Formats: sequence, C-alpha cells, structure tokens
Amino acid sequence: MTTFVAVEINFYVLLVIKILAVTGVMLGGLLPVILGELKIGAHMQSRVGPYYAGGRWGWAQPMADGLKFFQKEDLVPAASDTQVYKIAPYLLMVSTLALFVIIPFSPDLIAVDLDLGIFFALAISSLSTLGVLMAGWSSGNKYSLIGGLRAAAQIIAYELPLVLAVIGVVIQAGTLSMVGIVEAQIEMGVPFLIGGQVVGFVIFFIASLAELNRTPFDLPLAESELVMGYLTEYSGFRFAVFFLAEYAGIVAVSAIASTLFLGGYGFWGLDPTVFGPFVLAAKVGILAFLMIWIRWSWPRMREDQLQTLAWKWLIPISLVNIMVTAIFKVVF
Amino acid sequence: MSQTLDPRAAAHVSEVAVSVELQTPGMTINIGPQHPSTHGVLRLVAELDGERIVNVEPVIGYMHRGYEKLSEVRTYPQITALVNRIDWVSGFANEIPLIVAVERLMEIEVPERAQSIRLILTELARISNHLVFLSSYPLELGASTPLMHALREREHVLELIEGVTGGRFHPNFNRIGGVKPAAGGGSTQKKVLQDLPKGFLAETRLAMEKVMAICDDLDSLVTGNEIFHARTKGVAIVPPDLALAYGVSGPNLRASGVAFDLRKHEDYLPYDKYDFDVAIGENGDCFDRFDVRLQEVRQAARIIGQAIDDIPSGPLQAKVPRVIKVPKGETYVRAENPKGEMGYYIVSEGGRIPYRLKIRTPSFSNLSILPWALKGLLVPDIIALLGSLDFVLGDVDR
Repeated sequence: MTTFVAVEINFYVLLVIKILAVTGVMLGGLLPVILGELKIGAHMQSRVGPYYAGGRWGWAQPMADGLKFFQKEDLVPAASDTQVYKIAPYLLMVSTLALFVIIPFSPDLIAVDLDLGIFFALAISSLSTLGVLMAGWSSGNKYSLIGGLRAAAQIIAYELPLVLAVIGVVIQAGTLSMVGIVEAQIEMGVPFLIGGQVVGFVIFFIASLAELNRTPFDLPLAESELVMGYLTEYSGFRFAVFFLAEYAGIVAVSAIASTLFLGGYGFWGLDPTVFGPFVLAAKVGILAFLMIWIRWSWPRMREDQLQTLAWKWLIPISLVNIMVTAIFKVVF
Repeated sequence: MSQTLDPRAAAHVSEVAVSVELQTPGMTINIGPQHPSTHGVLRLVAELDGERIVNVEPVIGYMHRGYEKLSEVRTYPQITALVNRIDWVSGFANEIPLIVAVERLMEIEVPERAQSIRLILTELARISNHLVFLSSYPLELGASTPLMHALREREHVLELIEGVTGGRFHPNFNRIGGVKPAAGGGSTQKKVLQDLPKGFLAETRLAMEKVMAICDDLDSLVTGNEIFHARTKGVAIVPPDLALAYGVSGPNLRASGVAFDLRKHEDYLPYDKYDFDVAIGENGDCFDRFDVRLQEVRQAARIIGQAIDDIPSGPLQAKVPRVIKVPKGETYVRAENPKGEMGYYIVSEGGRIPYRLKIRTPSFSNLSILPWALKGLLVPDIIALLGSLDFVLGDVDR
C-alpha cells in the first residue's frame, strides 16, 4: 500500500495527502469531461459550443461556470426542511468521491487497496440514493418530491443488475480486490473483457447510466416534465456541488467499469507502473464519450418502461450470465 | 365533456399495476403557467395518484389578447396585421382565410399569379410550422439534438419567406385583391421589380431539397429510435369518433385516421391544380401525430415543387377601390392551417370595419381533448400528448 511514498510519514499527514490527491484526481478528471460534454454535445448539434473562455476551444468554460455558481445567492426555500436541504448535496458528493479511493491507477498507485474493493464501491455508491432522496424531500416542492422518489426507485432497481453484472467478473478473477481483478485480466493475456464478460459489461454500462441519472434514464431530472426534478430549488454553490457530483460520478463509474471489464491500467506492451494512469484515463475517456454520445442522441424513457427494463430484462440476463460464467469456471 | 364515451378507451395499458390496497392521498400539482413544456402559459391542474393521472383540468386564458374585439375597431387591411400574431409559428397561413373571406364579400376576382404566390407561401409556412413541431417534440421527450438540426433547415424556409415578404414570422403580405408588391418595391418602382425576388424559384427548389433531406434525417434520428417508439406508440390514443366530437382538426384529426383535409374540400386557394396526398395515421396515438406531420412536410415540398414549375404570369393585384368597404353580409371561410381548421366568420354591416369577427382557431379545439385523453396515463405522458397536439397558446386564447 502506497509504496510510492518512500519515507515514513505520520498517519494523519498521509491521510491529508491522500484526501488532497483523490480530490485533485477527481477535479482533474472532471473538468475535461464537463468540457467534453459541452463541446461534443455542441458539435453533434451543429453548434460551436464554448468558444471564448480561456482562449482556445473555450477550455476554461467549466471553471468559469463554477465561478459563476460561487457568486450566486444560496437560496433556501421557506418551505424546505432546512437542515436536510443543506446537507443533501454534500452527502451525494461524499458518496461519489469515496468511489475514487479504490480505483487503481497503476499496481501501486491506489489510495487504499481494499480486499473487498469492488464490494466497497457498490456499497458506497448506494449512499447516493440517500442524498438524492433528501434533496427531493426537503425542497418542499412537488416536482422535487416526484424527482427524488423517481431517483430512489430507479437507483434501487438498477443497483441489482449492477451488482449481478460484477459477480461474473469476480467469479472469473477469483478476487474482490480491484488490483487483483486487473492483474487477473493482464494474466489472461487479453487486457479487456475478462473471460468474455461482454454481457456483464453491457449490463454494467446500462445500469450505471441509470445510476448516474443519465439519458435515457434521466427521469429524476426530466426537464420537460419535472422542471429540474430534485434540483429544482437548488441554486448557487449547492447546485454546483450537485453538478460536480454528477460528473464525478461519470468519471468514477467509467473508471470502475474500465477496471472491471476493460483491464484498468493494463494494455498490451505498456508498462503499467509508468503508463497505467494514462491507459486508465484513455479508457475512462472512451466510456465518458459513449455516455455523452448517448445523452445527446436519445430521448428519455418512461418510469414504467425503465422499471420493466431493469426487472424483466437486465436482472434475468445477468442471472443467466452468472450461471454461465460459473459453469465455465467449474468445467474448464 | 361527453359522458357517453368511455374514458378508459384512451388509457394505454401500462405494465405496472398500481397497488389498490394502500390508501394514499392524491397529490394536486400545478403544471404551468410557467413550465418548460407547456408552450407558453398553459396551466394544467393535475390530480396525481403517484405517477398516475387521475384528472387533468386545463386552465387557459393567460394569453387572451382580445383580437376579436380589437378587430371591431379596425379596418380590414389593419386586421391582417393582427391575425398574423394569432398563431405566430405559421403567421402567413393565418392571413389567407380572412383575406379570402373579405374578397368573397366584396366579390373580387384575385389574379392567378397572386393565388399561386399565396399558395407557395402558405405551404412554406406549413413547412416552417411543422419543422418547429418535429424538432421540439423530441426535445420534450428528452432528445435535444433533432431540435438543432431541424431548426437549421427551417432557417432556409424562413429566409425564403423573408425574401418575398420582408418578414420572417409576421409577413403581413396579403392585400385585399392580391398580394403586396414584393419587399422593397413601392409605387415608385417599375412593376417588374415588384414581383418575386430574383432567383426565388431556384432557391426554393434548393431549399425543398434540404427540407426533404432533413425529413430523412428525422426518420433515422427520431422515428427510427426504439425509445421514441416506446414513448409514443399506443400513448394517448384519440379515436376518430371522439376527435370529430371535439372538433379536432388538421394533422391531429388525420392521425386518428380521418382523411379530412380542407385543401381538398375547399377552394380558398387553387390546390386542385396540384397533385398531393393526404397523410393519415392508423391508431391516433402520439407516434401517428408525429408521423403525419413528417409526411405533410414532404407533401408540402411536393406541392411547392409543382407550384414553382408552372407559376402563372400576370398582375399581382386585382383592381380594388382605394378605400376598402365591404358590403352588408356575412360569410365564413375556413382553411387548412398548419395546425388545423382556421376559420373567420365575418359579419359586415357595410363600411370599413367589420361588425363582428369570430375567429375559429385549431389549437383551441385540439386542446379540448386533453382532459379526456389524459385520464389514467402517467406523468410523462402528459408531456408526450401535449407536445404531439402541437398547439400555440396564442392560437388557443386569441
């Protein structure tokens, strides 16, 4: 663990360094994704997108947006449950940030290599339900309430296929540790889709789109129906925190999906200790691009169709996937 | 509301069964007047049971501008400027029935060339209106990209309208007895210069190709999308008898399978000279309402193509008195507006101003189907139906 820190450091100092590193990685990975969303979306719609901020390609637009949010008034509705309303965005942010702790950037570059790595990720990502539900309930707005409840129903429904899709990987790798899973994939010689977990990957990707409330599963936000869902009453800094948490979620989930299914930091002929972080970043970029592409192309599903997809299709298919994987593991 | 019709027939059968044992109080939610997808200031008071709609009551009138009353103190040429603003998405098409009504009362014969120009511009307005619908409807279902693509092509159509009339939305181009001498022209210029702008016909042909191309794009981007099918097919079905009972008209009626098109039934413009099909739907669901409009854009482009091929030459205006005085009498002229049947009932006591002008707008009747069609549906279906009816609040409230 953290062998890259050569000297013996006080536990608390190390903790602060780790927290800063995780936050830095999160922000560093976040801004390009936000810019990508703005720019790629713009070009898909035959627009130019951000152009002036920062000079070239409007690269500073995400930061300019952030600064704008800081200047805005932090409005708390009179009808709101004030304490809950104030805590909700930070709870969501923390649950998303905690995901970065277990993502391996190279065999050594990982904040904490837990034995139960992927289990921790799945558990902590469920906390986001709470943040969203708190935001929806405490806003004192009917649109927020419907949005919050939709989000809760959706996240609970898609948690199951998400977990079940991961089980196939765990069976193949024989470990729950994130580094262990990547090493198992590298050992197999093909640094992606461990043991043919194509079905698992597709299910994981669909379910994580739903977990992130991305199109076509953006019902909790559903601008044309619910104004802005559970975010309706939020403004200023708290809205910015929600916004950051959403994109941090994209980066985190893409990183986890890359680690589980696409070989994480491993790639043919590239030394993981040197190129690991770049390989992972490239894979995260590809997945994030996919999510952005889907977002700007597809309409939104309806609540009952969304539940149907989860319960009638994704869960049975992922169960079959587990069975098939287990049989192959035992027989061969 | 008619009590004889079974309200459950419109409710699509959802696969989610609602628990009936658990008694939960319903929620009344105000959708609008300020809401992203009510197209202006429509207000819906919806009683919800969870996500399911128990009852919806539309509240209109926020946009009432009193055009009928205003018309009673304005001369006939002045009214044309008003009616442009009733349905602002298809401004030009609003003028036609009014002008034709006045011409019929005055017994004026309009020159053929003016009629042809009116027809071309009406169909351009139809394309422009339908492109707004075809682009904004996917947006309401969550897909934001078709909007940009279709509006980009609509710009070509608006430029054509602007080239002829000088205005993009509110051309105010018709004159009693013909059309206005072209933009920039006036009594000082020679007659030749006052006609259609140079190169108009060639540019129209080009623009129609672009319109056809965007129709194909929309076919692949929207109507070919699985999620779009799931959201619209079988949702908010309006059966033909109900549509007729409520006075639904235009593409909404044709989507229910009734082949009723005033372009075929009335002779307010020389549509009989041109060959075109009336697009009709099968089921009367949201998908059909989208598809019918998509086909209508193609048909409109077809009509324009034929019209510019054999546009007659001749004067733009008939001989009319300097001061328009309409003889005593009354008439009703209706026309196929992009949104449906638009009609003007003029009562003249003789003189320069009408005694009474009743405006029959398509959006008002089309919207009246709303409470009936929404019963038992889910919240997202409100938006799916609202969008597919293609109404404009100015057209509802006048």
